[in-house]
Amino acid sequence: MRILTLIRQVLDAEESVRVRNGAVELEGSKLVMDTMDEYGVEEALRLRERGSEAEIIAVAVGPTRAEEALRTALAMGADRGIHVVTEVVLDVIALSAVVAQIAKTEQAELIFCGGQQADWDSQALGAATAERLQWPQATWTNALELKGTMLVGRHEADEGSESFEVALPVVVTTQQGLNEPRYPTLPNIMKSKKKEIRKETLDGFGVAPKVKVSGVEIQVKERLKKILDGKDAAAAAAQLVKMLREEAGVIG
Amino acid sequence: MILIIAEHANGALNKSAYELVTAARGLNREGGVTALVLGSGVAPVAAAAALVVDQVLVADAPELAQYDAEIWSAAVAQIATEGEAEVVMIAGSRSGREYSPRVAVKLDAPLLEDVISLKDEGGVLHAEHYTYLTRVTERVEAQGAVIVATVKPGAFAAAVAGRAAAEQFDVDLELPQRRLVITGSTKEKTGRIALTEADIVVAGGRGVGSAEGFTQLVEGLADPLGAAIGATRAVVDAGWRPYAEQVGQTGKTVQPKAYIAVGISGAVQHLSGMNKSKCVVAINKDADAPIFKIVDYGIVGDVKEIVPAVIQELHK
Repeated sequence: MRILTLIRQVLDAEESVRVRNGAVELEGSKLVMDTMDEYGVEEALRLRERGSEAEIIAVAVGPTRAEEALRTALAMGADRGIHVVTEVVLDVIALSAVVAQIAKTEQAELIFCGGQQADWDSQALGAATAERLQWPQATWTNALELKGTMLVGRHEADEGSESFEVALPVVVTTQQGLNEPRYPTLPNIMKSKKKEIRKETLDGFGVAPKVKVSGVEIQVKERLKKILDGKDAAAAAAQLVKMLREEAGVIG
Repeated sequence: MILIIAEHANGALNKSAYELVTAARGLNREGGVTALVLGSGVAPVAAAAALVVDQVLVADAPELAQYDAEIWSAAVAQIATEGEAEVVMIAGSRSGREYSPRVAVKLDAPLLEDVISLKDEGGVLHAEHYTYLTRVTERVEAQGAVIVATVKPGAFAAAVAGRAAAEQFDVDLELPQRRLVITGSTKEKTGRIALTEADIVVAGGRGVGSAEGFTQLVEGLADPLGAAIGATRAVVDAGWRPYAEQVGQTGKTVQPKAYIAVGISGAVQHLSGMNKSKCVVAINKDADAPIFKIVDYGIVGDVKEIVPAVIQELHK
């Protein structure tokens, strides 16, 4: 079985976001593989370690620097990478067309995708890819097991969580709780340098963005920042409640 | 025509359905607003929808009793195609954001996700939505014969029912077989107001010390305020609280009138789920905690001393 794990290189969550010339400035900031994608790579590795025969392929679509994130996936244990190198900013529906074509070419049967990517806050890639492939999808998965060709797991729905069963092929979107992603070990980092990353260009995929980004801004809500010293708990509590009642008017 | 998908639960329209109507009415499109109601035994829901839109399409069938991404997207795409919808608007709920991409692919349409504003300028839709874990507001635009948009809960005011009831039509749908089989479900019944609908949220982090500390401090403070309970990822990971209460990147997004953070340091992933709250209050022992950068009111001190004092004050 071939498993694709989709990788996105994003701003490290600890970094502050800066905007320059109408776009988010990434230069000089720490970029990492999206933590959501780590769950997918880890889960693919665990499926294999529990006895499923699988080749694990990490896939990224993005600029040259995205290779660093692919290398992280390879260092965790993915077997090889595919990098569609492009500076074009694709929207999620266009991106899904690229991913689906790669899945077909590679004859993949299982695709892992982050539940929500930390740069564009999109939750759509897994579902859009599944639709293009005419596969079912299991989103926001937090437990997974492969029994023959059936995936059995649990995921979060509108209200509470659900247990599910679905036959391969399927797209699974990940979230925290699915597993604890491993750190790449030094020997595996060394090994990963020799693993293949196949480079492709966007031209062959015949996709064009459908949504245009016209600008970004950071809207910071002005906060009052009235911070009290709590050494005298009773006095601070009384003052806080008074302010919330009389000034903010948020409690009765 | 603008097609909105009216979400409902327990026999009533969700607040999001009324918000979709407001968002739809803000666009300059002829042909009015049509609501599609999907489900089983949904006559009361359809009747409620008829009071806020111009036309209601009702698909009432046993196989629609339980949501499924493939079934929902097939139904919506079929209705959008037959009705020549120009804009399809879906609530930005977990399910809405899960099946809407399939609708967009089926219709070969652009997808605008989780929009907080929507404007029509000469046939081009201009929208805003949050990116970078809700830290950045991005402006996007899309055009086409049909556009699919999900709308962030709480971003638009709810439309008020009051016009004469619109006509209802039953529709027949060709639905696919369910492939993702749901074998069980657990719903958290807390007896409290829903996290995403509450005016006040009291949330606890690791600073409350333990599951018992959470019950005592966070529930203890929420009770007199009639507030919903929120939790950080660390607290959920530790097993102190259920996932349903998690606020943040991988949990729920809330924007209540007041968000009271107890023992929460304010990791960016958590802030992304609550930083649009109207008033933020924090109680934490560490004056340098990131949460204090975004508070309106705060107390630096031991939550075990401060919170009981606040509870006592509220009971006065």
